[in-house]
Amino acid sequence: MSFLEVNDLKVHFPVRGGFFNTIQDYVYAVDGVSFKIDEGKTYGLIGESGSGKTTIGKAIVGLEKPTAGEILYYGQLVNKKRLRKKLGYNKEVQMIFQDVLSSLDPRKRIRDIIAEPIRNHEKLTKEEEMKRILTLLDIVGMPSDALFKYPHEFSGGQRQRIGVARAVALNPKLIVADEPVSALDLSVQAQILNFLKKIQKDFNLSYIFISHDLGVVKHMCDYIYIMHRGRFVEAGTREDIYNNPQHIYTKRLIAAIPEVDAENREEARIKRIKVEQEYSEKESIFYDENGKVFDLVPISDTHYVAIKNKEDLGYVENSIA
Amino acid sequence: MENEKILEIKDLHTGFRFEDKYFDAVDGVSFSLYKNELLAIVGESGCGKSTIANSIVGLHDKNHTRVSGEIIYDDENVVNYSEEQFNKIRGKDIGFIFQDPLASLNPLHRVGEQIKEALIYHTDLTKEQRHERMLYLLGRVGIVNPERTARQFPHELSGGMRQRVLIAMALSCKPNIVIADEPTTALDVTIQAQILDLLSELQNEIHAGIILITHDLGVVAQMADRVAVMYAGQFVEVAEAKELFRNPLHPYTRSLLHSIPQSDAVGAELNVIQGMVPSLKNLSRDGCRFAPRIPWIPDSEHEKNPILHQISRDHFVRCTCWENFHFENEGGC
Repeated sequence: MSFLEVNDLKVHFPVRGGFFNTIQDYVYAVDGVSFKIDEGKTYGLIGESGSGKTTIGKAIVGLEKPTAGEILYYGQLVNKKRLRKKLGYNKEVQMIFQDVLSSLDPRKRIRDIIAEPIRNHEKLTKEEEMKRILTLLDIVGMPSDALFKYPHEFSGGQRQRIGVARAVALNPKLIVADEPVSALDLSVQAQILNFLKKIQKDFNLSYIFISHDLGVVKHMCDYIYIMHRGRFVEAGTREDIYNNPQHIYTKRLIAAIPEVDAENREEARIKRIKVEQEYSEKESIFYDENGKVFDLVPISDTHYVAIKNKEDLGYVENSIA
Repeated sequence: MENEKILEIKDLHTGFRFEDKYFDAVDGVSFSLYKNELLAIVGESGCGKSTIANSIVGLHDKNHTRVSGEIIYDDENVVNYSEEQFNKIRGKDIGFIFQDPLASLNPLHRVGEQIKEALIYHTDLTKEQRHERMLYLLGRVGIVNPERTARQFPHELSGGMRQRVLIAMALSCKPNIVIADEPTTALDVTIQAQILDLLSELQNEIHAGIILITHDLGVVAQMADRVAVMYAGQFVEVAEAKELFRNPLHPYTRSLLHSIPQSDAVGAELNVIQGMVPSLKNLSRDGCRFAPRIPWIPDSEHEKNPILHQISRDHFVRCTCWENFHFENEGGC
């Protein structure tokens, strides 16, 4: 069952300028996206930098004020601070940040960092709080002597785990993970990904996994949304997106991933150039005159593509194959 | 012609000073770079791959670092070159592309002027010729309107454009060697693909030898002719790219390849390398440096003083622990 619903969310940032610092224009960071979040599932948001994926994440946690549209939590609006407070929403939805070091207060010890959400939302005695923090550290696989250290004393992977410990401190329903592993080395990245999967199973968590690394998203996510220019260009299950991409932008993105396959690199290169060409030729089918992405049209039960006419797809399909 | 050696490095040690003691971040690295070749150096952060690059062009502060060994370029050992001597080859014979283009461009100068700077130092072109060459270079790296871009400041350009400008700068004097230190790490995948294609296209044009430093095995698989895998200051495996990915031997290489989220094993648990990369100060310098990370392999499998063994014509592996290596959950074989 879905517990969170986002309907036609828009976040526009004003561009100010001129003599009186008036609003000259808007940046359409997020321009009409809708989706639902089910319990225990992982949703991937993929896109280039500037496509608005982080803005969606921030709007869901409440760090960004939506310009229009609604975010419903069990059918109740949570657009305003007051409403969020009433429903205890802030406790249920947490965020993990990309740049962990800047999201941890350098003057606080790990103990206080992890305790902060607990102190904000629950009234516990000192002993109970300590016990909770120790269990949390145990969950993320950190020794208890970490309690009295400061963030700078840890390595990148450990810091990310502290960020995760803080996010799961209140047993949330949903964690918005904004590029949680993109700053980490391969082996550490594997550790964190395994670990995120493990706590998902243990706590029946849902994730919104924001990333530009398609390999990681493929590994983690059940359902994937591809973003471009503030809108979804394609949505579908993992199989839909990777085995049967329909939108030209998705194809381009997938063709651009460097595969760990040295044998077929010439073919990959030729394919990449072909898709790139296709992208510039077929732009009119997938974007309107102003470069805006069309609305999503269903092409199967789970698979949606942003296109004007569904019939155009067949034409594109044939020309690529 | 094909196999012309343009750079040879023999037993390079680069140490950094902590409290009057030097700790080698690069510990006995030897390799050669040939004309028209793309050599990739891969490794995790802190393994010393950028230190090699900086040692080649002498970018280290001499008061805090100690560089020894031989770096032979053009029959001369450049290790003990003075700053003036380095200035003669930097930019002219060796081009350098950095990871963060914004940090390596001067924010106060228009990008056109910055590209011309190397031309002023290293060529005797007239002012008009320099301008022409600069515009040609910008056009060559795929910038649509060179006239306009040349007049812009670095902050007005996007990340991909900046990286293109940097490539134009590095290639302005037709260098023999290009060192690219994580040139695409900060870029999106689609732009990364464009920049990498551009780099290999330009290489075919000027026949330079490129040293590509990266941690992305995907990039390596797509680009490299030869690959050196680095761990804790040493090369642990050197091989031709195709050979390396077909037949990885060293436990570290295999573990790395194993921890990439693969398409065929979706959702399965990823391989994790136990323990951590040792810090420079705590690194034990005897025996196999990777041994603490694969504790289930008995000591007898490791060499006392691991050296690079030649396995086949173009394949070198350090230590002997690869011969009977298996992952922990596989059991012995």
